[in-house]
Amino acid sequence: MKPPPVYTEYHPKWYRTRVSTYWWSRSWAYLKFILRELTSIFVAYFVVITLLQIRALKQGPQSYAQFQEWLRMPLPVVLNAVSLLFVLFHTITWFNLAPRAMPVRIGGKRIADPWIAAPNYVAWLAISVLVAWLLLRG
Amino acid sequence: MTETMTLQVARYRPEQESEPTFDSFEVPFRKDWVILDALNYIKDKLDGSLSYRWSCRMGVCGSCGMMVNGEPKLTCATFLSHYLPGPVRVEPLQYFPVVRDLVIEMTDFLVKLKSVKPWIVRQQEKPFSEGEYLQTPDQLDTYKQFSMCINCMLCYAACPVYGLDPHFIGPAAIALAQRYNMDSRDQGSAERLDILSQHEGIWGCTFVGECTKACPKNVDPAGAIQQYKLTSAKEWFKSFLLPWSAK
Repeated sequence: MKPPPVYTEYHPKWYRTRVSTYWWSRSWAYLKFILRELTSIFVAYFVVITLLQIRALKQGPQSYAQFQEWLRMPLPVVLNAVSLLFVLFHTITWFNLAPRAMPVRIGGKRIADPWIAAPNYVAWLAISVLVAWLLLRG
Repeated sequence: MTETMTLQVARYRPEQESEPTFDSFEVPFRKDWVILDALNYIKDKLDGSLSYRWSCRMGVCGSCGMMVNGEPKLTCATFLSHYLPGPVRVEPLQYFPVVRDLVIEMTDFLVKLKSVKPWIVRQQEKPFSEGEYLQTPDQLDTYKQFSMCINCMLCYAACPVYGLDPHFIGPAAIALAQRYNMDSRDQGSAERLDILSQHEGIWGCTFVGECTKACPKNVDPAGAIQQYKLTSAKEWFKSFLLPWSAK
């Protein structure tokens, strides 16, 4: 004897599946998506580190030296390295998605995707070079 | 080469079972057979009680969408040979309530689709004597991709956001709203904005991007949603900075 069907309100006999909490572990595409969502935590971490650095700078040379010493400890180094990887992942996927959100049309024709993504990379490189020059010239 | 292939087909007979089970069927393997051919073989020769939807068997009607080995597919366009040596698991489209076997309940999608007014909205129709609303090939080209949608709902079955939040209006409905927003003959974009700009509208989308991969017609619903996010944000800034200008 089979168990009787489960009756739900209004539509007694429809079967509804619950989405598993671990739905993102089912495929690489979903996992990649969740990792990308998680990158926001690491972006926030970098922002906090920068704010703490500015605060240390404001408090004077001794406090700044202390902060730098803390940064050289193993845990912050590992954390920074992992965060850098996540932030790079975030940046690259973001730039690659840009053409999807911005279909630019010139003369009635849609511009090929690389032409939308490329300026992002060029700007990224240019700003990075500028920052590196500002920091390293002295 | 294998002579037969095993299909594991999800069965749900609400008068008998409280949850779906799987039945295994041996079907002849033929190079030119799609999953739908195998299902039709089962219904004709092995078990006439198997229920599923299909109609055109050429990727136009959008009726035969099912989960094939866990991925949303049009079963009329998915070859058995792709899954050699088998077995192939066929289930109803996920995230929708199952009515019977492979048949899902689609009212939710139809209601959402209607809510975005997927038709040409005119503030004032011009009289017949003035003729048709003309459109250049370039104007047609701006929305043509989105107009290819066949309402097969594969994008809903691919979208974890829809699975987790059934109120999300979903990929196809937004892509079709965008199809009419971009149509040069349409004047209804302001009416659609209120529905699409809700939390359950475009902002529910977290850009998983799977809808676009699942789409058998290359509609790119994920792209449509991101483009509309840009439009909606621009409209918000406009109404914020220029509150006196009419929407």
